[in-house]
Amino acid sequence: MNKGSKLAMGIAAISLLLVGCGKATSSTSSKESSAALSGKVTAVGSTALQPLAAKAGSNFTAKNSKVNLTVQGGGSGTGLSQVQAGAVSIGDSDIFAEEKDGIKADKLTDHKVAVVGMAPVVNKDTGIKNLKMAQLKQIFTGKITNWKEVGGKDEKIVIINRAQGSGTRATFENAVLKGTDAVKSQEQDSNGAVQKIVSTTPGAVSYLAFSYFTNKLQAVSIDNVTPTDNNVETNKWKIWSYEHMYTKGTPDKATTAFLKYMDSKTVQDSLVKDMGYISIHDMKVTKDAKGVVTQN
Amino acid sequence: MEQTNFQLKKQDTQSQEWSKRLHHATRATREDWIGRGVSYLCIGVIILVVASMLWFITSKGIATFTQNHVSLWKFLSGTDWSPSQGKIGALPMIVGSFAVTFAAAIVATPFAVGTAIFMTEISPNKGRKFLQPVIELLVGIPSVVYGFIGLAVVVPFMRHLVGGSGFGIISATFVLFVMVLPTITSMTVDSLRAVPRYYKEASLALGATRWQTVSKVILRSATPGILTAVIFGMARAFGEALAVQMVIGNAAVMPKDLISAASTLTSQLTTGIGDTIDGTLPNNALWSLALILLLMSLFFNALVRVIAKRGQLKHER
Repeated sequence: MNKGSKLAMGIAAISLLLVGCGKATSSTSSKESSAALSGKVTAVGSTALQPLAAKAGSNFTAKNSKVNLTVQGGGSGTGLSQVQAGAVSIGDSDIFAEEKDGIKADKLTDHKVAVVGMAPVVNKDTGIKNLKMAQLKQIFTGKITNWKEVGGKDEKIVIINRAQGSGTRATFENAVLKGTDAVKSQEQDSNGAVQKIVSTTPGAVSYLAFSYFTNKLQAVSIDNVTPTDNNVETNKWKIWSYEHMYTKGTPDKATTAFLKYMDSKTVQDSLVKDMGYISIHDMKVTKDAKGVVTQN
Repeated sequence: MEQTNFQLKKQDTQSQEWSKRLHHATRATREDWIGRGVSYLCIGVIILVVASMLWFITSKGIATFTQNHVSLWKFLSGTDWSPSQGKIGALPMIVGSFAVTFAAAIVATPFAVGTAIFMTEISPNKGRKFLQPVIELLVGIPSVVYGFIGLAVVVPFMRHLVGGSGFGIISATFVLFVMVLPTITSMTVDSLRAVPRYYKEASLALGATRWQTVSKVILRSATPGILTAVIFGMARAFGEALAVQMVIGNAAVMPKDLISAASTLTSQLTTGIGDTIDGTLPNNALWSLALILLLMSLFFNALVRVIAKRGQLKHER
């Protein structure tokens, strides 16, 4: 083989590649020519929703390369106040905007993108697997202080709360305490910290989203109802909340497209379930901001 | 005649050119101006940043009292911290912060002074070769790592040792002790090295033993420097957020003992700030906590200056 033929082959290969590329781009552009989506979308807020939003966001930008999409945490409160101020396009929240002081809910539009179930969790050595709702309430209000009072080991109860204003705490307290104040105790600012501390501290009790369960800690059934996705879908398991994406006014095209993508079958039927959330499409009940549940 | 005229003319133009050159800035002068301009600009920016931060934190921090009409005394002396229900008594956090700060300083100071004496008086060579790098390493470890070690090692250890959940002031003290130790040690070393050589020589010549020299002369004359070191360490402990937050348990209650969960100003700030809404009482209350932190660090700085000034005077006499 001489130099010339090598060169010719190289050129042929490169031109083939170029042609291939050209074809690929032309075909995609013709497919999506109706919406040459571009723009900047920023979603800020809930750390519980953040992993899902980030994964869905990166899948979305893979298809719409001109959209610049950023997902950040910061907490539900941050998400709601930032979207209310118009600083971000989407505010992620674990709780209804109506439940938060200082947020004008009627100015915001709610997009429910997933459901998260939460359950009480205890350290394994307590020997507790099931509690009555009334017992759970007495534990978190400080009336019961030893595990032997509810059929467990003789061990002091160590309550670990989430920080005041956390969406997970608000959901848990709405469902379990129903208006009474929790006893003052340890507060941790993330699901991860709670998971670590409950699994290592003897006598510890807290509450976690289903996706944070591990075999190092014990998820507790309430009144013999086990914390499973199916029980949440029928509201047999009462401690759950929506994951909201709030927008203000009329969102731009890119934001609308992303919200539509979040609600699409691609995300709801695979990604949402894979990441430990419950699909909004599977819910057989609806809950409003006041906590009233109706059958679909 | 004509020739001299021509020469004069030539000289004239030459001198004109010289005067032109002399009256204009040289390259060196221009460089000087640029240098000065750049450094003034930098100073200006820094002053602007500091001033606007002070203004921002202060204006946000006093909103609790001006907008939400909480009385300052109630804020400082109240013991019930439930911002979402409008109760903001910050005393538990203030007490918690001071408790861990003083406890850490008290535990760390003897170790730091001992290490510093070893490094300067007993074995300067080993000190420079071995201890110096170790201490510098301790400074460089990020606080989240200290916190994580605290959570994984110190908390279970304290649980076995003293009972309870292991979270509390005692664990926070232990973690902070390791964190402030290098600060106090290295500054103490500096102040021991600054003691004039003839102090030591005079003392030894008078027949004092090494121990007497160290304890009665060197430590005595380095006291202002050591105090400064301790206060710097305390300032660091007071402002540390992450590591403390991971081991203290963050319960906004008055600390009853050293082994039950408590909280500090910083730990409340980091756990609470993401879940509050701008302009509401819970958010403003957190800014007020930040204001207390700021005022305290200003106080520590002022204290350091006072001590340094007094120390200087002593040496001059």
